[in-house]
Amino acid sequence: MTSLVNIQSLSKTYMRGKEKVPVLQTLDLDIPEGDFLALMGPSGSGKSTLLNLIGGLDAPSAGKILVSGTDISTMGEDELGRWRADHVGYVFQMYNLLPVLTAQKNVELPLLLTNLSADERKKRAQSALQLVGLGERTMHKPTELSGGQEQRVGIARAIVTDPLLLLCDEPTGDLDRKAGDEILDLLEALNTQQNKTIIMVTHDPKAAERAKRVLHLEKGQLVSEAS
Amino acid sequence: MWLLLWENLTCKRVRLILTVASVAVAFILFALAESFRYALVGGIEVVGEDRLITSNKVAITQPIPAKYLQRILTTPGVKSAVSTNWLGGYYQEESNTIISYGIQNGAQMLDVYPEMELPSEEFQNWLRERTGALVGRTLAEAQNWKVGDVIPMRSNIWLLADGSNTWEMKITGIFDITDTGDSNRLYYHYDYYNEASLQYGADQIAQVISRVENKNQLMDVAQEIDALFANSDTETKTISVKAATQGYVNQIGDIGHIVTLIVGAVFITILLVTANTMSQAIRERTSELAVLKTLGFSRFQVTELVMRESLTLIFLGGVIGLILGTVLVQVVGDSIKQHLPMMVVPLKAYVVGLLLMLFLSVLSGLAPAISVWRMKITTALRHN
Repeated sequence: MTSLVNIQSLSKTYMRGKEKVPVLQTLDLDIPEGDFLALMGPSGSGKSTLLNLIGGLDAPSAGKILVSGTDISTMGEDELGRWRADHVGYVFQMYNLLPVLTAQKNVELPLLLTNLSADERKKRAQSALQLVGLGERTMHKPTELSGGQEQRVGIARAIVTDPLLLLCDEPTGDLDRKAGDEILDLLEALNTQQNKTIIMVTHDPKAAERAKRVLHLEKGQLVSEAS
Repeated sequence: MWLLLWENLTCKRVRLILTVASVAVAFILFALAESFRYALVGGIEVVGEDRLITSNKVAITQPIPAKYLQRILTTPGVKSAVSTNWLGGYYQEESNTIISYGIQNGAQMLDVYPEMELPSEEFQNWLRERTGALVGRTLAEAQNWKVGDVIPMRSNIWLLADGSNTWEMKITGIFDITDTGDSNRLYYHYDYYNEASLQYGADQIAQVISRVENKNQLMDVAQEIDALFANSDTETKTISVKAATQGYVNQIGDIGHIVTLIVGAVFITILLVTANTMSQAIRERTSELAVLKTLGFSRFQVTELVMRESLTLIFLGGVIGLILGTVLVQVVGDSIKQHLPMMVVPLKAYVVGLLLMLFLSVLSGLAPAISVWRMKITTALRHN
């Protein structure tokens, strides 16, 4: 399979006052297109930092991140923003929907950065909501939806621009088992049927079981890999 | 983006209403203050530069002999002159004060006051009619007077020998004033008043207003006039109308300065309230704005959203305030038209008001906008 994400000697260090705190240390990783990768590890192991770096939300201290052949580690903030809009869909643990907007308008948000007409945006948002099984609830606001439904809206928002990569940060972390399973079913379907490349951070071994590969991080280093 | 802006603004309706109301109140005060200032000083910047006022040297409230007018008229350099007397007049009720002057040498009235405009026939009628009165259009409209009306003016200063204070006057003409439009006054004949059986104050006038032939020699003529009466029982002091006006403007200017300070204090308070509201609204939505950035919205776009919120809040309140202020000025202005005939919100105030709105919007949105510009996505996303 072609490599979609290629990480070379990646390091990330934070400053706590004058003290340097290394979070990721010379990490190398290859993620092929169509992969469903779960990142596991204890708190502070660097898994969320790795996800944020791959998604261009943060800049590495050293090393390179190539996504589809493009080195994103040298991009500036606004350039990274444009790149994210075109290539990355984000799914958050707390859904992070805008409470004042309906489900449809939330899903339409990333499309505001495109040249699509209002009608086309609406059509695409409704298709995405139908794909996640919420075609009947497009006009509901987040407060009128259950946690599982909110996360489905979050996933619809992440896939509406048809991105290369889906980055999921604890997507089932705030859901009960049943709702969590439904979300994982959805992610699995997106991976197998839509060939979406998914990188998922999770604490939950049951969730990790759904992935094609599981990577364990500890103290900023990859310690094991399972398929 | 406008939908998001509007939904964000209206999601806390009570807060929105209170903030908009506080901004609106500030702009109502602004409209009132500006109209008040305009009513006081709006019309006095364009008065003739070639006129002199001669009054008693001791105090402007002390009279001078009526015969002084003739001597001033013979002074070299004086083109024309009239004398004025203050009637202290009112109509029907004492509170309904009418600014009314008794004019001696009325034939030169239009030469001394070239800004007065009225039909020649009406002016000639006034000269012929002993009890005639020329009334400014503002005053005539406020009192519902028309040419031909006979009105019983009353004075709270001058009494007739029989104890009466009623002066019957016939309106022979209605005049306009070019430039300023301030025509809130009445002119009657000094002779009519002086020839009545006054209990006191006969043959005395308050001031002489003279127009000079050459305005460059204005102060030389003033000195000559005062020299005429030097070492007499009643010495005079002659100053230019411009200087007198300037003195008045300076006094009013102080009032205007105080009004500006008060309005300024109100604006600073409003600014703090709005800035606080904006900061609070942004703090509450930190993670939402971080999500927008995550989705690919640029720093500029997210900051623009914040600034648009600030602009919308201030302009919504500001425009409502200016409209309500204009209506209020209209209502108040109508009720005090005879005292402050030019009480309107001047066009300049709307322009300044809009600039102030822009200034307040930028200032109150600046701090939240800077924090959004600097916002680090990974930190802000944890702000749930």
